[in-house]
Amino acid sequence: MTEIFGRFDFDVIAQWIQPGERVLDLGCGDGSLLKFLQAERGIRGYGIDNDPANLLACVRNGVNALQFDLEKGLSGFEDDSFDHVIMSLSLQTVRHTVVLLKEMLRVGHEAVVSFPNFGHRSHRAAIAAGRMPVSETLPYQWFDSPNVRFFTIADFEALCRERGIALHEGLFFDEGKRVEQDPNLNADVALYRLGRQA
Amino acid sequence: MTDIRSVGIVTPQSARFDRPITLRGGTTLPGFELVYETYGELNASASNAVLVCHALSGSHHVAGVYPDQPKNVGWWDNLIGPGKPLDTNRFFVVGVNNLGGCYGSTGPMSINPDTGKPYGADFPVVTVEDWVATQAMLADHLGIECWAAVLGGSLGGMQALDWTLQFPDRVRHALIVASTPRLSAQNIAFNEVARQAIMTDPDFHGGHYYEHGVVPVRGLRIARMMGHITYLSDDQMGEKFGRQLRNADGKLKFNFDAEFQIESYLRYQGDKFTTYFDANTYLNTTKALDYFDPAADFGGNLQAALARAKAGFFVASFSTDWRFAPSRSHEIVYALLHNQRDVTYAEVECDAGHDSFLLDDPQYHAVIAAYIDRIAT
Repeated sequence: MTEIFGRFDFDVIAQWIQPGERVLDLGCGDGSLLKFLQAERGIRGYGIDNDPANLLACVRNGVNALQFDLEKGLSGFEDDSFDHVIMSLSLQTVRHTVVLLKEMLRVGHEAVVSFPNFGHRSHRAAIAAGRMPVSETLPYQWFDSPNVRFFTIADFEALCRERGIALHEGLFFDEGKRVEQDPNLNADVALYRLGRQA
Repeated sequence: MTDIRSVGIVTPQSARFDRPITLRGGTTLPGFELVYETYGELNASASNAVLVCHALSGSHHVAGVYPDQPKNVGWWDNLIGPGKPLDTNRFFVVGVNNLGGCYGSTGPMSINPDTGKPYGADFPVVTVEDWVATQAMLADHLGIECWAAVLGGSLGGMQALDWTLQFPDRVRHALIVASTPRLSAQNIAFNEVARQAIMTDPDFHGGHYYEHGVVPVRGLRIARMMGHITYLSDDQMGEKFGRQLRNADGKLKFNFDAEFQIESYLRYQGDKFTTYFDANTYLNTTKALDYFDPAADFGGNLQAALARAKAGFFVASFSTDWRFAPSRSHEIVYALLHNQRDVTYAEVECDAGHDSFLLDDPQYHAVIAAYIDRIAT
């Protein structure tokens, strides 16, 4: 789904990745993030996506892609087999949120997640006006949305604290520009670097 | 043939190897012959060669037709040809009848030089490793130092996998479709029933039926009928045959004729098979399937077994394949991931069971074509 946002989140993610790392991208779409990280960081990357069209696009993009169903978990992946496990703008599309976050931090030393912030002011205004939000970051109608989890930055951080997931770093954006003040209200996208609780 | 995407008329060739080869089972053959076909042109650097490995009943006739048999189309013709996923305008494609086969390569029907009679049951059990070793001799013969890719479905996929282990420097890509790193107990069980069907046929004569002028037709037929069940999915069989009766009036006959369409279909498939396939080759090939287990030398650890592979891998499975289910392909994929090998894995939604790999499902052909396209560049 990265095409919605252009590449600004790629740049942020690339900053968090060291050259030559092993990277797993969950819900990798057409593989463009992995391709970018291969070019910028020389990573050894694999993507997972269950959509045959995305798999095909990955093959054409020259990235390793595996057609697995994320809802079935990552049980076949070994502990600590990746430096980073990324989930770019897909967390809201999976049902087993906590299990998957835990799995990402079992398989990866760190996890990187980004998601659309349901708490953004435009979404709040839409709800206040009595309609479900449809925006650049949540571009779907309520009846055709692939999203199954709707949450805000505040919700996500509360979940991480409750479930012992360390928030190593968070960066927030509105229309591709950094947001410092009250991100839960002002940011349409959040990116986090997550770790296991010390 | 008016199909412009066909390789057209093809001619089998043969290569004779007059030096002894010791097989995995310890037997030495004084020499042997392999029958093969090629499509496309080998380029000057011999870097565009692709080997296509056949499964249980396949042969070297992978694509195209014979001049005198316009309906005898190669078994993977939908994949291979000009403009097809494995494009013969770009690749030099080799199909080979494996050692022990019954399509012209040295096998149980060949004359044993020690006795002057067909080998029959005396032909040694040949393994996947032996096939790959002899395919490598054919590669030498053709001037191919390194395959651009080795490709196979089912048992053919096992050969592709073994190429990456036995000759890691002689294969750049392995395409392993609807395959498994080893048979399960259930898979071996099916093979054993097939073997028992053949070996208990009174016309089997301990495998020396040629000299009696007979063929263990009944056993081979039952083996094929059972095999066929495992190649199809329950859903597809239900869709194709359901409980349809052959009898137009829909009345049960209360006897043992082929009343249901599925019975008639299986009998037909079984009968047809006995007209062209050799029972000893069938026995031999099921043993090759049973014995294949590259992890065995590594205490059952497939990850350790695949550590020496260097190729890039394309692995594909089919949703309704219960013979070699997607989970069997997952084993290969995870073992490759452990070794940080390049791997693409497609799990294709297709209702045709194990035989899906022979069909031209659009999703399957698109992804395999995209992968092969990447090899070429």
